[in-house]
Parts: sequence; C-alpha cells; structure tokens
Amino acid sequence: MARAAVPGRLIWRVATVAEARWETPSARTLVLDIPQWPGHLPGQHVDVRLTAPDGYSAQRSYSIASAWRDGGRVELTVQRVADGEVSSYLTDVLEPGQQLELRGPVGGWFVWRGTPAPVLLVAGGSGVVPLMAMIRARGDARGRQPFRLVHSVRTPQDTLYAAELARRVRDDPGLDVHIAYTRKTPDDWPQPPGRIGVATLNTHGWPPDFAPDVFVCGPTSFVEAAADILVALGHDASTIRTERFGGTA
Amino acid sequence: MSIISPGFGGRRRSSRPDLPPGQYLTHDFPVLSAGPTPRVPLERWSFAITDETGARTSWSWDELNALPQEDFTVDIHCVTKWSKLGTTWRGVPLDALFENVETTADFTMVHSYGGYTTNVPLEDLLDGKAWIAHTFDGEPLHPEHGGPARLVVPALYFWKSAKWVNGIEMLQQDEPGFWEEAGYHMYGDPWREQRYQGD
Repeated sequence: MARAAVPGRLIWRVATVAEARWETPSARTLVLDIPQWPGHLPGQHVDVRLTAPDGYSAQRSYSIASAWRDGGRVELTVQRVADGEVSSYLTDVLEPGQQLELRGPVGGWFVWRGTPAPVLLVAGGSGVVPLMAMIRARGDARGRQPFRLVHSVRTPQDTLYAAELARRVRDDPGLDVHIAYTRKTPDDWPQPPGRIGVATLNTHGWPPDFAPDVFVCGPTSFVEAAADILVALGHDASTIRTERFGGTA
Repeated sequence: MSIISPGFGGRRRSSRPDLPPGQYLTHDFPVLSAGPTPRVPLERWSFAITDETGARTSWSWDELNALPQEDFTVDIHCVTKWSKLGTTWRGVPLDALFENVETTADFTMVHSYGGYTTNVPLEDLLDGKAWIAHTFDGEPLHPEHGGPARLVVPALYFWKSAKWVNGIEMLQQDEPGFWEEAGYHMYGDPWREQRYQGD
C-alpha cells in the first residue's frame, strides 16, 4: 500500500495570490506563490486556513489542480459551495496580492505516480480538479501512458478546464475525454443528457484486462455509483482509488 | 503568527465547546473511503481477534449479535474538518469481544474487508471507549458508512473508526496503517489536532 509521501512535519506556509481566474461562473482558480514549497504529486491536496480579524479561523481541504514544476506556482480550483464559509471567500472576496495560510501537500493514496499502466479518470463535477493535475503532469512529462477521462457535468457552462482539455485532446492522441452532460447538453450533441452508466464506462473506459489505474473523484453518490459500475464491469477493486466530497462548505 | 484575511468573517459555526479546534459542524453524514464500497453478505461476514501468538478468536454475524449490545450516543470528528454531534449507534463494546482474549500487547492493527487498516492502541478500545457498530440512527448501517459493521472509536479522528471491519490484530509495537502510511498521524486525537505526521 501507499508509502509515506509527506515526510516530516507539515508546517503552515504563507501563500500569496499571484493570479485568480474564473473557470466557470462558480469555480475560480487561485494561482499561489508559496516560498519553499516542497513540490507535490498529482492528486494531493492542501489544507487552507483563513483567519478573521478577531482571530476566528476556519480550515478546509482543497485538491491541487496544477502539476508541479521546480520553482513553479501551486494552483487550486475552488468550487463555490452554497452556504460555503471558506469557499465563497476564496471565490468571491480574495484578490491577487492577498495572502492566506496553507499546508501540505497531503495524501499519498489518491496520487498518480507516473507508472506505465493505462489510466482511467472518472470525475463528477469539480472532482475533476485532482484528475486535471494528473493530466497536466502527464503532459509536462510527455508521458506515453494512455489516459481516458470520463467527466460528468451538469451543463456545458459547468465544465471545468473545457478549453485546455480540448486543446490537449487535439494535440495528444494518447488522451481521450468523454463528457457526460446530466442536465443540458451543448447544441447538436449526439446524446440526450444523462448520468454515467454501465454503457458509458464500458465504452469510454478501459477493459479490466488492461489493468488500468483508476481514479474516481466527485460527490459521494457519484463516486459510489461509478465505483460500483467499475467493479461490476470486472475491475479489481484494489486498482480503483476514490476520493469523495460532500458535506464540506 | 496568523495571516488575517480582510473581509473574512466566518460563520462562527465552530465556536462551541464540544467542537475540537479546526472542526466545523455538519448535519449530513459525509463519506470518505479509499476505494469502492465492499458489499459483505452477512452469511460470509466474520470478525476475528488475533493475539500476538497468532491465536484467533472469531465471531460470525449471529455470534456477534448474541453478545451484549449497547446503544450509545457520541460525537464524531473527521480529519477533513467536519464534526457530527450526538450520533446514535447500536453495537457491541470491544470489552465484550476482548473478555476472553489474553494479551500483553499494547497496540492493535484493525483490518477491514477491502484491505483497509488502521492502528489503535489497545487502551483506546477498552473500558467502554469503542464498539463494533451495526446500527446507525436506528437503521442497519449502510454499506457506504461501513455496514454491515464498523469500528467506532469516537475519541479519535474518524479514520480510526474502520469501516467494514473484520478483525483486530494484536501488536507488540505500534505500526502505521493505511492512512498513517500516507502521512496521517499515528494516534489522531482531535482535541490536540493530530491530523498529520508530526502534528
């Protein structure tokens, strides 16, 4: 099983927002400068701590969206959560030049380590964030591992990283992306909206005998359904790594 | 030294004495697992305690249910920052399972269907501090929350409360389990914020 990826003590570091950009109307990417960042593996996350002027503080975990390059910045993509205490501050209030506290990277299980096996990524909504770090890491390394991403989104305007993914698919025949729209499809889309089902993952995933590394991330009900389908299709449960969110705000 | 975030007021949702530092209150029941949810048929379910000599004491589902049962209400705290207060469960106290187990080992490794492991000192499992629970909120424990049965050790972060539990192995020396290998704290006391290695 996973070996320690977080040697030593995790300290709180001061991160400065270098840039911020909207990915969708409700998701914003924060580009952070963090002195002496030790680097990270795609799939890891960080804890963010905000402190109010009167000393009250709140912490939340966010997946890292960027792959790590020496001396580079760390990007988080934050989806605004209804009634979110921290997420709405990160999406709507924080501006470039401001600082926050952060520590990490955390997590040594839901990470892609660049092994040669084909990879299947299954994302529900903003669950695509840590998977995008894997796609970007493969791109930076000019990896030859065949990657497939099956991404479930509500509507076209909820699709994170749509332009970048389209560009990567165009430029890299080793990367396939299938988007399943659950509520509204683009105009002239060949299928009606619908949830990911057995046929979706059978058609757009890898056969179990390819022994792919599988990463599933999204809201709990989505991850439960997708992982159950993958097991039913014959994938070895020990090859399926899951990360669920829900109830965090 | 803290960085102050201008305009951040927070909701003061954690300003109550029964919430450990850094936690916020939730009313739903988030699910966190490393892989697909195992489905364990009750007729194939078993639970075993293995002592440091390798001797096993095991229980079938019916045998577990024949042991003394307790209803208990506890607060639970997840390392991902949510806490849920006053959760109600039914299950078997670990004291009942260890009644006829003789051991001099101080540490345990808890094992689950699906391969999950987590380490818990024996003293945190005994004296009414831990249960094998099969009922949550009056209903059979749902598989995504660890059904048919999970460990509940409310004094520690909830990753120690292994889902789909099937055994406890006695150890003479403490060893890291699944999340502990991945950088999480060896003990996990929420009141001391022992989230990660070195905290």
